[in-house]
Amino acid sequence: MEVKTTPAAPLAQSQAASPDLEVRIRKKFPHVDGSFDLNVHFRVAAGFSILFGASGAGKTTILDCIAGFTDPDDGRISVAGDDLYDSSQKCNIPAWQRRIGYVMQDLALFPHLTAEQNIVYGLHSLSSAERTRRAREILSAFRIEHLRNRRPAQVSGGERQRVALARTLVTEPRVLLLDEPLAALDRPTKSHILDDLRDWNRSHRVPILYVTHVGDEVFALGDQVIILNRGKIVAQGLPHEVMRAPRIETVAQLTGFENIFDARVTALNETRGTMTCRLDSGAVELETPLVHAEPGSRLRVGIHSGDLLLATEAPQGLSARNVLPGVIRGLDRRDVIVSATVDCGGAEFQVHLTLAARDALQLAPGKKVWVVVKTHSCHLMRGDDVL
Amino acid sequence: MNWQPLWLTLRLAAIVSGTLLVLGIPIAYWLTYARWRWKFLVEAVVALPIVLPPTVLGFYVLVALGSRSPLGRWWESLTGHTLAFTFEGLVIGSLLYSLPFAVQPFAASFSMVDSELLRASASLGRSPAQTFWRVVLPLSKAGLLTGFALSFAHTLGEFGVVLMVGGNIPGITRTISIDIYDRVQAGDYAAANQTSIVLLVISFVVLSLVYGLNRRPLEGSRPSRAAARGVGVDPWK
Repeated sequence: MEVKTTPAAPLAQSQAASPDLEVRIRKKFPHVDGSFDLNVHFRVAAGFSILFGASGAGKTTILDCIAGFTDPDDGRISVAGDDLYDSSQKCNIPAWQRRIGYVMQDLALFPHLTAEQNIVYGLHSLSSAERTRRAREILSAFRIEHLRNRRPAQVSGGERQRVALARTLVTEPRVLLLDEPLAALDRPTKSHILDDLRDWNRSHRVPILYVTHVGDEVFALGDQVIILNRGKIVAQGLPHEVMRAPRIETVAQLTGFENIFDARVTALNETRGTMTCRLDSGAVELETPLVHAEPGSRLRVGIHSGDLLLATEAPQGLSARNVLPGVIRGLDRRDVIVSATVDCGGAEFQVHLTLAARDALQLAPGKKVWVVVKTHSCHLMRGDDVL
Repeated sequence: MNWQPLWLTLRLAAIVSGTLLVLGIPIAYWLTYARWRWKFLVEAVVALPIVLPPTVLGFYVLVALGSRSPLGRWWESLTGHTLAFTFEGLVIGSLLYSLPFAVQPFAASFSMVDSELLRASASLGRSPAQTFWRVVLPLSKAGLLTGFALSFAHTLGEFGVVLMVGGNIPGITRTISIDIYDRVQAGDYAAANQTSIVLLVISFVVLSLVYGLNRRPLEGSRPSRAAARGVGVDPWK
């Protein structure tokens, strides 16, 4: 989808009704493993959106661009239809006029001010009575009234986190950016703060962009997940969809695929909802779910070891579409499971079995077997080279 | 002991360090936050008085204040006398002479304020000026005090510039160090010793006060994290 860089008046008006944050930026991104281009385009509505990815993927740089701390090379950033940055219009609102709340990784509480002074710091445009009222309100909502007169150095880690959140939320920002704000906390403290955040979000419907590299937080919070890898969005959608049917390798490693194969699409069977992929490592073809791909395009197939079946005779009358003859190369016992390495015409599969199954089938290296793969056990991913 | 030179010197040091507090803060601000490629040249100029022989500095100040220079003529047309060999001339010479002793501690303490705090301030809607006033200055108290005290103590002991610019006019330009020199020249070691001890004690007390007050490090002062972010970041944006 292309974004209009110069929206017509009616469009701008209709956008003003929704508080959406739209980000389309390109930026050269220096990195220890060689620089790459940050190139993203996404739109998030009110509620939690998770920006997920390994460190160095460009998550914090995206937040810095939205907050106005650093400039993209080009693109456009808008909130509710108002431009914060637009390279084509030479528009670049200074950070302090953007009204974007940003809780940074190291919180950045003012060390010379008390908790309450930190909290009223952003309320300078209000009357002093209103300032006090709002500060009292948020101090009690975040259960930190007792810290009011203490300096940041005199409060605990979890309490500092609350003060930092309260300081940002009390200004009623148009967008809230949270950069791994709970990374350093233990689980109970973390879940209390997440509850407070969810409560706040019910009464203040603004887009919240939450950066994390911890999988749990994705499921705990996200209405939407955006997965970032080396500066590009590789997957986007509801958490359970994106995380359970991952399309990129970083997520695959997180969810633990033991079998990952490079493959090429050889045929699309649109009427059956499947397609055929040929693995690079051997003369093996797999029937996989149909995704939007051209014949000849490259992708990766991820399969859980526990989703594979082994047979010692050619199976008949199976619903599974893929039955691959092979030879056992090795058996490796790990605790109560056995991991069998099976060579199917050059492609090596890891298959997990129980001890009982190993004994019943009398499996041993050199034995001829058939590997059974259900179509929907094949998870398709795109590598960096594809996107 | 002759108290007049001491009194004159204290007055000079107070005026110079007070003025440098006002002038030095904007200069240090610029040196800390400006992103101009030739900034290093300005930094070198500001630091010059540290390494330059005071007589060289004094010589150029004398030339600049004299009746042949535009500044000297302008002052003469205004007041009827030249700046050279006056107390005002001495103040100007001393300001230049002690400038780095104020500006460098100021700039060092500004740059020690964590740039994340400046970003936090901006994200809370505070302008760069408000941020400077409410965050940078309060967290730079130690550096401001150090710069003030160093420029005060440095002006107290100044000799070469004073001699070149001010001469040796009792009550007007005869400072304590020149007084000591005079005594030694006259062979009056006892008087020279007396005055020297007074200068030594004052300098020691000033510096002790500074180090004593700065003993407790401020929690917010630590090196900037901007570099760690891997991206060029301007906290004032």
